[in-house]
Amino acid sequence: MILALLILIPSVAGALAWFFGRMGNRWPRWISLIAFGIDLLLVLLLWANYPGEVDFTANRAWFVEVQAPWITSLGIGFHLAIDGISLLLVMLSCFLGIMATIASWTEIQERVGLFHFNLTWTVAGIIGVFLALDLFLFYFFWELMLVPMYFLIALWGHENRTYASVKFFLFTQAGGLLMLLGILAIYFIHGSQTGTYTFDYSELLGTRMNPNTALLLMLAFLAAFLVKLPALPFHTWLPDAHTEAPTGGSVILAGLLLKTGAYGILRFAVPLFPGAALQIAPWAMVAGVVGIVYGAVLAFAQTDLKRLVAYTSVSHMGFVLLGIFAWKELALLGVIIQILCHGVGTGALFMLVGSLQERVHTRDTQRMGGLWGIAPRMGGAMLFFALASLGLPGMGNFVGEFLILFGTYSVSALLTAVAAGGLIVSTIYALWMIQRVFYGPKKEGWKISDLSLREMAAMTAMILGILWLGLYPRPFIDTARHSLDQIQNVVESMRAP
Amino acid sequence: MLDLLWLIPALPCAGFVVLVMVGSRLSRPIAASLGVISVGLSAAVALLVGVDFIWFWPENIYAQRLWTWIAVDRFTPAIGFSLDALSLVMILVVSVVGFLILLYSAGFMIRSEGYSRFFAYMNLFVGSMLTLVMADNLLLLYLGWEGVGLCSYLLIGFWYSDPANGRAAIKAFIVTRVGDASMAVGIFLIFVSLGTLQIQDAVQRAQITWAVGSGTAIAASALLLGGALGKSAQLPLQTWLPDAMAGPTPVSALIHAATMVTAGVYLIARTHVLFTLAPPVLTAIAVIGAITLLIAGVSALTQHDIKRVLAYSTISQVGYMFLALGVGAWSAAVFHFVTHACFKALLFLCAGVVIQGLDEEHNMFKMGGLRRLIPGTFWCFLVGAASLSALPIVTAGFYSKDLILMEAWSSQAGGGWLWLAGLAGAFLTSMYAFRMVFLTFFGEAKATFHKRADITMKIPLVILSALSIVTGLIETPRSLGNITFFSDFMESVLPELPARALNAAVEISVPLASVIGLYLAYLLFLRRRGWTERISGTPAGSLLHAYWFSGWGFDWLYDRLIVMPFVRAANWNKEDVIDLGYGAIAWVSTVSSMALALTQTGKIRWYAAAIALGALLFMGIVVLG
Repeated sequence: MILALLILIPSVAGALAWFFGRMGNRWPRWISLIAFGIDLLLVLLLWANYPGEVDFTANRAWFVEVQAPWITSLGIGFHLAIDGISLLLVMLSCFLGIMATIASWTEIQERVGLFHFNLTWTVAGIIGVFLALDLFLFYFFWELMLVPMYFLIALWGHENRTYASVKFFLFTQAGGLLMLLGILAIYFIHGSQTGTYTFDYSELLGTRMNPNTALLLMLAFLAAFLVKLPALPFHTWLPDAHTEAPTGGSVILAGLLLKTGAYGILRFAVPLFPGAALQIAPWAMVAGVVGIVYGAVLAFAQTDLKRLVAYTSVSHMGFVLLGIFAWKELALLGVIIQILCHGVGTGALFMLVGSLQERVHTRDTQRMGGLWGIAPRMGGAMLFFALASLGLPGMGNFVGEFLILFGTYSVSALLTAVAAGGLIVSTIYALWMIQRVFYGPKKEGWKISDLSLREMAAMTAMILGILWLGLYPRPFIDTARHSLDQIQNVVESMRAP
Repeated sequence: MLDLLWLIPALPCAGFVVLVMVGSRLSRPIAASLGVISVGLSAAVALLVGVDFIWFWPENIYAQRLWTWIAVDRFTPAIGFSLDALSLVMILVVSVVGFLILLYSAGFMIRSEGYSRFFAYMNLFVGSMLTLVMADNLLLLYLGWEGVGLCSYLLIGFWYSDPANGRAAIKAFIVTRVGDASMAVGIFLIFVSLGTLQIQDAVQRAQITWAVGSGTAIAASALLLGGALGKSAQLPLQTWLPDAMAGPTPVSALIHAATMVTAGVYLIARTHVLFTLAPPVLTAIAVIGAITLLIAGVSALTQHDIKRVLAYSTISQVGYMFLALGVGAWSAAVFHFVTHACFKALLFLCAGVVIQGLDEEHNMFKMGGLRRLIPGTFWCFLVGAASLSALPIVTAGFYSKDLILMEAWSSQAGGGWLWLAGLAGAFLTSMYAFRMVFLTFFGEAKATFHKRADITMKIPLVILSALSIVTGLIETPRSLGNITFFSDFMESVLPELPARALNAAVEISVPLASVIGLYLAYLLFLRRRGWTERISGTPAGSLLHAYWFSGWGFDWLYDRLIVMPFVRAANWNKEDVIDLGYGAIAWVSTVSSMALALTQTGKIRWYAAAIALGALLFMGIVVLG
């Protein structure tokens, strides 16, 4: 029940926010803040009861599970379940939901109710994606998160929003439709083999098919996930979408939406097609490494601050792709940590860029400079997250990236070395960003206010999160570990002839 | 007492946290005292712990585990510290010299903006450096390693409004990070091959599983060496250090002379067992050290900026330490680290007094005659320069440098060429050191002196001067008392130095080289200034001068080979060529849509003709098919 509530609370709050939006702009903001707050509390409650090291996997694979018939004639069920991985991702979703609401507090002044409706529904869809275990339901949530996101960009975006939102929609929709084909195909293959036509994940696991079919279907699934992640060369929607989206939208987009791609590969693409995954693993790892370096180099060249941060996402998600397809325990744990840290860290960077844009009305780094003197708190926060982004030890991203590299080294030393070289390039873009915005002489005599109390509170929470993940990541690792073992076992057992 | 070990790095870090959170609201004296006292307390604890460890602790190593950082099967790096002879020496030098330099900074930085920020960064630096030398596993060591790199970056760019400072700071971070990436891969290799990150365990397992000269051993130690070369500014990654002088002078003293740049030396000494398994790498270290000490020494001789002389001098002196490591004289390298930390910090702090007193004048040719104006600073600087030049008997630098050259001559891995390079370096060292003394403090006064050092600046100068003389007495050659306190103490960690062959010619050569260097400096830069001008006036002379002055053109080369191609490629691809592909798809659909729209003319005969044509075509296909 609690799982359904997790999705229900934000969606109901969204409807309420839209309705009460007529009564004043404060209402929707508070409604969505409170809804995400309650959701976060619920997840924390779940986390507190999480058995951790205790082996709850002995009997059942899931920590909490909800299963109800939905469209029985087609074998579609309302099947939600949560394990360690989903738990962490849902927690991240609620946390970033709060942050996105805070980020939109003063930025969004028009159609506030509708904005928060779209915001909460996107997050509700994302939580659904992380919980759904029925492939049809999964696809439903996958589309649910997409449409409100499209409106967030198209209605509240910046100068070039139409182009960006259409591009975003076309890319993700194309990927999504291919995935739908894949889902239907595996539904029919499984049905014709066993006689039971079902979309249920646990039933579909272990469906036998010939290697070529498996490869084809896997690619159909990957089309959706790699576009979302995004992996090279499907990343070009991302800089446009991030740049044009309002701050809250960028936070959700970078912090959460990209993670659904990683989650999809981890939960669906590899376990459903273990053999095919093994086949394309080398290529995927190469794509990951190329993405790390390519994204970082492009980030360095950008002069639009939001575009810069967007390309850093491409680079960081390269690590995720590399880690997943290395398929080693250390690397997979690293992927989880990297996902959490990238969500928080990039979310924070977008919020800072948003705050900056609200004050100086430009994102062009060539017009900035010397802002440290007038906004030291903003500079300090930006410096912190820039350092997190370049993988400084003590911060979470370091743990994530290094675990991935430790895991990958035993698979391919060469790729690991190139990825480590990417760390140099990330140093270059991160430090240049700080240099161009905060150091140097003052260019245009900006007079801006430093971060407000509200913004400082959000930044403090995110800084503490990154430090926690960096200095004491064990609670997160212990939570994810068993579930990862579970997935690995399933895949290993099916790979064994 | 030993269980207070964790306080040593924790105190400066706590100081950092407080200063970052409330520093801007504190008055200057309070901010400074916070920074100075937290490091001072840390030094006091270090001394207590040291006493306890040396006299009362029965074993060679003391370990303290705070919490397990990450735990996945064999992968269990902890936030844990270990104390042995090597780390104790490092701890003492870092905390004591760090304390003295922070005390000096309280007076030196008093008029600078960002006062509390300065102390925050300095505290973070001391905390990270202590973590680096105390870490019991490679991952925590890496944390300290990156932490000091970060502080170095932050402090080089401390005066951020000048873009040149920012550029120097970024350069320092990026160049050292090239080394760090190599070191990271080395750590991956060690973990995957040996199954542990604990330094002690890894070293023991390596001895069992890796054969001498095996590929894995060579790869692992070469990768670690990459990290050491970056941090310690050795060839080919030395280019960042001269530019790092853009930071405030106390920063140059602490980070870019006394402590951080010797982290590479520490790393190699700490993992020396791995390096002994890889003789070719060891040889490479010795050769790199020898070449670096020579080219940096020559460059130091041509600089105008007093701080750049000291920077090249640091590169050169760390080169000596690498030479010592390369010939297996581990404890000699650490000994030189100790003496160098004292006299180089002293020289930088004196230079700080001079520069500040002359309104930020760095050019030695615009100084002169300061001997009479600031006699105290002059004498301190003289002690430092003498120690740097290894003037015999009375200076600490003599004993450590003498030991290195002795080992370079007599050890198996050493040899005539390495020894000769070191000897030539000793000659160069004393020449550029006294060139500095003569240009700055002798001759005619060319500028008026404004600000005198206050008491917080004087105390560290006096103490460091004393240390620059007496620290040599913990290890003396056989012909001069034969004290072996230091190498005996180090023996529990670092292998004994090979027996020293007594060779009168070798023993007399170092003092001789340094005295000749001194005399030549006197001749060229005080007595007969015309000679130098005549030499550098010739075409060949001026060309060589320009070449050496620019640090042998490494920056020029790297700019053209790496920096400019990278920037050009990045800017060329700013719009992302991959997006063009998608743009092309969109363009094709737009164009074809327009083309098809053209057929929609609304004229019946066109449509009729098209239908007829289509029907003909269809029939043709049917008939022919």
